[in-house]
Amino acid sequence: MKTSPVDFKKLRADFPILSRKVNGRSLVYLDSAATSQKPKQVIESISNYYKNNNANVHRGIHTLSVEATEMYEAARRKVADFVGVNDAAEIVFVRNATEALNLIAYSWGRLNISKGDEIVVTVAEHHSNFVPWQQLAIENGAILKIVPILDDGSLDEEAFKKAITKKTKLVSFFHVSNVLGTINDVRRLSTIVHRQSSKAIVVIDGAQAVPHMPVDIGKIGCDFYVFTGHKILGPTGIGVLWGKRELLEVMPPFMFGGEMISKVSLNKSTWNELPWKFEAGTPDIAGAVGLGAAVDCLNKIGMENVRKHEIELVDYAIKRLSKVDDVTIYGPKDVKKRGGVVAFNVGQVHAHDVASILDEQGIAIRSGHHCAQPLVDFLGIKSAARASFYVYSTKEDVDRLVEGVLKVKEVFKVK
Amino acid sequence: MDMYREEILDHWQNPQNFGVIGDADLVIEQVNPLCGDEVTFYFKIDDGKVKDARFTGSGCAISIASASILSENIRNKKISALSKITGKDVLKLIGGKVAPARLKCAFLALEAVKKLDISH
Repeated sequence: MKTSPVDFKKLRADFPILSRKVNGRSLVYLDSAATSQKPKQVIESISNYYKNNNANVHRGIHTLSVEATEMYEAARRKVADFVGVNDAAEIVFVRNATEALNLIAYSWGRLNISKGDEIVVTVAEHHSNFVPWQQLAIENGAILKIVPILDDGSLDEEAFKKAITKKTKLVSFFHVSNVLGTINDVRRLSTIVHRQSSKAIVVIDGAQAVPHMPVDIGKIGCDFYVFTGHKILGPTGIGVLWGKRELLEVMPPFMFGGEMISKVSLNKSTWNELPWKFEAGTPDIAGAVGLGAAVDCLNKIGMENVRKHEIELVDYAIKRLSKVDDVTIYGPKDVKKRGGVVAFNVGQVHAHDVASILDEQGIAIRSGHHCAQPLVDFLGIKSAARASFYVYSTKEDVDRLVEGVLKVKEVFKVK
Repeated sequence: MDMYREEILDHWQNPQNFGVIGDADLVIEQVNPLCGDEVTFYFKIDDGKVKDARFTGSGCAISIASASILSENIRNKKISALSKITGKDVLKLIGGKVAPARLKCAFLALEAVKKLDISH
């Protein structure tokens, strides 16, 4: 990976949307944790694919089909390399991280979780890594255990260790929290799980990690790892499930149809090889091509550089926002221990009102419960505002945010 | 900043009819699942009319202000008239311009109030 300095300001020219105005002001996009903006390289790769190569994959003899198949599979190889996976057949393309987690819950979960088994998650999970396990536990009579977080926003590791018993079958946790920004030491946590329960598998929600830092899945020691394409400069509609081959091999398909079969007779069917067993129907070919282009962009920047850039921005944002009276910032204070999100509240003002006033100034942030209601309840708040950064974010964006927050205080007369 | 007129902010800071009616004839809860805002309305009903309406809940300035304004507006109104209140009426009552993304906040209380006719 490159470690040479990157001109992040210059990079902004690759993102056409950043030159637009919102409510008369130049756009300040601070909602990248929801979805990232797309560089022209990604947009053009999709457009070029449709203009020049479009065909269905894996079934045609004609030239276009061969080209489309090559492009689709090349994207898989790129994604595998990007996250440190040797065997590209372990990379399953799905719609998003949510679908990846549901695939595990339906396929692995329904096969392996039974009455009295224990599933462990944390209180800070996104709903997509919470509800599938909650529902699986309800359906199969398993017990869902929820590990709390500490006051500083970090995972309560003692409680985590205690929660894992011989009955634990599945443990799922975030790599980076979408609200607090907390970075979990996923390698250590995976080791703890496997040491304490030989039967337990580890699932990691990497949706907020893969966009922002180097991730080497092969070195984590987990069993499944999921992330989504649209948060890493890629298009919406394409996500990634990585699973250990030996687990994927024995798992039943999640969906049936074309592409995923090997042989179909009137009474029975056999399944295609990995990863196609889990890719029923025509996949998002253009999405995969776009994702491949996004990976190229990030490789060119270098994920170490992305991480450094975001540490600088988060540090700057926290320093500036904490100087504003009545602003509460959530999550770890140490920027080395947090990803590119800063959640905050302004006095007693509801986050939606904060977001509305910022929007009037052309600043896009997220507000609400961030699809993490258990966490928001745990923190004893109703909602929070969240600014999140990416490669195109600048210190000037942070300055505009602070200016916007001061406007919120003015409108709501927060003293 | 049309959305946050003085009147809206006043209602947010000092909502009218904020509280519980212990011996309410009807209690209606309404949640906005998108943002988690919630409002609970308590009604005293007499002779087919709303004698008293109070509410509790948590939410943004827009949803609290609209609940506050609506709670005043429906007092002594016939229950049968409540289902006729439209979103437009609510927007007129709260007076300001509400951004499209915030209409759900503005209508949260209305959704609760409209249920009164069905539940009663």
